Amino acid sequence: MKARAVEGFNQRLERTVFSPLTHTTKGYYAFVLLLMAIVAWGLYAYVTQLRYGLSMTGMRNVVMWGLYLVNFVFFIGISHAGTLISAILRVTHAGWRTPVTRMAELITVVALMVGALMPLIDLGHPERVWYLIAYGRFQSPLMWDIVSITSYLTGSLIYLYLPLIPDIALMRDRLGRTSSAIKRKLYTFLALGWRNTPEQRHRLEKAIGIMALTIIPIAISVHTVVSFVFSMTLRPGWDSTVFGIYFVIGAIFSGIASILIVMAIFRKFYHLEEYLTEKHFRYLGYLMLTTLLIYLYLTFGEYLTVGYKLEVEEKHLLELLMLGGNAAWFWLFVVTSLIIPFLLIVIRRGPTIPRMVTAAVLINVGMWIKRFVIVIPSLQVPLMPFDFGAYTPTWVEWSITAGAFAAFILIFALFAKLMPLISIWEVAEEAEKRAPSVAEVAERTEVGLPLIKRR
Amino acid sequence: MEGDNKGLNRREFLKKSLGAAGLLAILGTPAVPLLSQRKASASAPHSASGNKKAHAWCMVIDMKKCDGCTGLGVPPQCTQACIMGHYAPEGMKWIEVYEQKLPGGGRFFQPTPCYQCENAPCVNVCPVAATYHNEDGIVLIDHHRCIGCRFCMAACPYQRRFFNWGTPKLPPEAALAEYSPLYPVPAIKGTVIKCMFCAHFLRDGKLPYCVAACPRKVLYMGDFNEDLASNGAEVVKLSKFLDENNAYRYKEALGTQPRVWYLPGHGQEFGREAEDPRELKPTVWPWADGSYERRRGVWPWKESDIWTWEARPK
Ligand code: SF4
Ligand code: SF4
Ligand code: SF4
Repeated sequence: MKARAVEGFNQRLERTVFSPLTHTTKGYYAFVLLLMAIVAWGLYAYVTQLRYGLSMTGMRNVVMWGLYLVNFVFFIGISHAGTLISAILRVTHAGWRTPVTRMAELITVVALMVGALMPLIDLGHPERVWYLIAYGRFQSPLMWDIVSITSYLTGSLIYLYLPLIPDIALMRDRLGRTSSAIKRKLYTFLALGWRNTPEQRHRLEKAIGIMALTIIPIAISVHTVVSFVFSMTLRPGWDSTVFGIYFVIGAIFSGIASILIVMAIFRKFYHLEEYLTEKHFRYLGYLMLTTLLIYLYLTFGEYLTVGYKLEVEEKHLLELLMLGGNAAWFWLFVVTSLIIPFLLIVIRRGPTIPRMVTAAVLINVGMWIKRFVIVIPSLQVPLMPFDFGAYTPTWVEWSITAGAFAAFILIFALFAKLMPLISIWEVAEEAEKRAPSVAEVAERTEVGLPLIKRR
Repeated sequence: MEGDNKGLNRREFLKKSLGAAGLLAILGTPAVPLLSQRKASASAPHSASGNKKAHAWCMVIDMKKCDGCTGLGVPPQCTQACIMGHYAPEGMKWIEVYEQKLPGGGRFFQPTPCYQCENAPCVNVCPVAATYHNEDGIVLIDHHRCIGCRFCMAACPYQRRFFNWGTPKLPPEAALAEYSPLYPVPAIKGTVIKCMFCAHFLRDGKLPYCVAACPRKVLYMGDFNEDLASNGAEVVKLSKFLDENNAYRYKEALGTQPRVWYLPGHGQEFGREAEDPRELKPTVWPWADGSYERRRGVWPWKESDIWTWEARPK
C-alpha cells in the first residue's frame, strides 16, 4: 500500500517536473523574444560604448565608478542565494530544502556569470583583459576577486551539475523518444552513464557532501573580497573594517529574497504547488528575517560609529546620504528593504506566499538601491577642496543594466527548458523517507527550526 | 658612482637650475636616508634611466610665494604650462591650484600635483602593474598596460588621477610626440593619466614645465639623495629648507608618504593679503571642443548630444 503510494507520488512528480521540458507555450516564446530584444538593446548600447569610449557613461573623473559596479555587487550578492544557502541547508540536513536547492544553485551560477561581466564592461580597455592573467599582481584586491569569483563559479557549476546527474539520466530514459536527437545525445552525454546503482548513489552523495562543505567558505570569501575592492581604499564610507561581513550578510539577505521570487514564479507557471508549499515560503521567510535583523544591526553599527565621531569626510558622506542629494535613495532603502519586509514577515496576517513574495521583491529593490548608495556617494565626497561630485547614469548605462537583468532571466528561462528545476530524485528520496503519509510533501516536512533540525 | 651617467644628469640638472658654482660645496652632504624607506616598485618595466644609483625626487611648494597668479591676472601658470606641455586633454589639471581657507578667515592657494606617494595606494591596487614606482621614486603609468579599471583612481586619496573617457581631442602636433611612460603624450583613450613629475625632463637634467613656468618661483624640484632643491632661480639645501620653514605634507596621517612638501603661506612674499578677494583665473585648453562634457544620444543617425554637468573646482 505504502509502496504503491510512493510510486504514485513519484510518477506525478516526474510528470509535473518534466512537463515544461516537453511542452512549450506561445507565451513562453513571446517572453523569450522580449528578453532577447532587451539583451540586444543592451548589446547595442555596449557597442556604442566601445566605439566612443566610457565617455558615453555618466562617470567622470570625480565619480569614476557607476552603475556597472553597483550591478556587479548586486549580482554577486544574489549569487549567494544559491549555493551558500542550499549548501548550508544540505549540511544541516534540513529535509524541506529538497525542492528548493536546484533553483537556488541555478541562481548562483547565472548571477555569477552576469555579475562577473559587469567589471569587464566597465573596463576602459576590455581587449586587454587577458593582461590580468599575463601580468596579474596578487597585491591587488581585484585579483582576489577574480580568483575567488572564478573558483566560486567553477564550484557552483559542479555543485549544480552533480545533483543533476540522476535527473539527467532519468530524462535520458523517460524523454528519449519524445525529444529531438540533439537533446537525446546531450542527456546521454551529461548523464555520464548513470545507472542508479547503490554504489553510484553512494559516491554521488559523498561528492555532493564534499562540494557542499567546500562551497561555503568559497562563497563567503567571494563577497568578502568584493567588499575589499572598496574597503581597501582610503575613502569615507568604504574605509571600514566591517565591510567583509556586512557584504556577506547583505548578499545572503538578497540571495534568499531572490530564491523566494524565483520559487514563486516557477510555482505558478510550472504548477509546482504540490512541491513548493506554503511551508517552504514560511521557512525561507524566517531565514530572511534572521538575515534582515543581522543586516539592520550591521547597518546601524556602521553608521553610528562614524556618525558619532563625525570625522570631516565621513560627516560629508553622512550628510549626503541622510539629508542631502542621496537621502531619498538611502531612506528608500531603509523603508523598502528593512522596515516593510520586517513588518510583512512578522505580522502574520493574510496568505503567506504573497506576503513573502512582496517582501522579497521589496528587499531586492531596496538592496539594489543600497548598493547604489554604498558605491556612489562615497565617490561624490570631495577628498580635495572642491564641490561634491555629480553622477547621473546615461542611457548607455541604463540599457546595459536592463540588458544584464534580461540576460539573467533569459538564461533562467532557457535552462528551465533543458533541465528539471526541481531535483526529482532528492524529492522522491525525501518522500520515501517520510512515507507514512504520501499525500503532500508539505505534510511530511516537520515543523521546527529548519536549521537546527536533523533527520 | 660619481663617474656614471647619473652623475652627469645630476650636474646638468643643477647647472640648468642655477648655473652653479657654490653647489659643489654642498654636493657632498649626506643624503637623507629616504631612499631606504622607499617601497620597492611592484614591477618596473620602464625606468627613468638604467643606472643603479637612483635619485629621490621630491617637490617643495613654498606657498608663502604663491598667489595663484591672481596678482598677475593670469590663470595659474603651473597648471597652464603643464597643460600646454603635455597636451593635456580638456578638463585635466595634473597640477591643480586649490583654494583653501586660512584659520583667520582668509584664503591661500595650494598647487597640487600628483604627490608621488612612497606608500602609494594607487600603485598598491593596480591589478596589472600598469602603475608603478620607478627607481627614482616617481609613480609612472604604462598606458600600453593599463586596462582602464580605474581602481587606482578610487584608491588615490588626493584625486590626482584622471581618465581618458573618450578619444581625447588634441592638437595635431601631439601626434608627433613619442609616447613613453615618462612623457605620456598623446593621451590614450581608456587609460588613466596623471602628473609624473616630468620624468623625461628630470632624466635629462631639466626642470618640469610647471616649475620652470611659475612666475613666482614657488615650486622647487628636489632630490633627497643630493639634499638639494631648486626652483630655477636659486638652489637650497633641501633638509634645511624643510626644517626651517615648517614644511608639512598634505593629509600626512594617511600614511601615504607623499613626496611633495608644502611650506605654509598665502603669497605674502609677493604682497598678497590673506583677505585678497581676487579669484583664480580659469585655465584654458586651446584645443578643447567640449567633448569632455558631452555624450552621444541614443540614435546613431542623429547628432543628439547630451550635455551634463560635473563638479569642477570653484
Ligand atoms: S597622489 Fe594619488 S596618484 Fe599620486 S602617487 Fe599618491 S596615490 Fe598615487
Ligand atoms: S586603471 Fe590602469 S593604472 Fe589604474 S589600476 Fe587599473 S590598470 Fe592599473
Ligand atoms: S611636474 Fe610636469 S607633469 Fe607634473 S604637474 Fe608639473 S608640469 Fe605637470
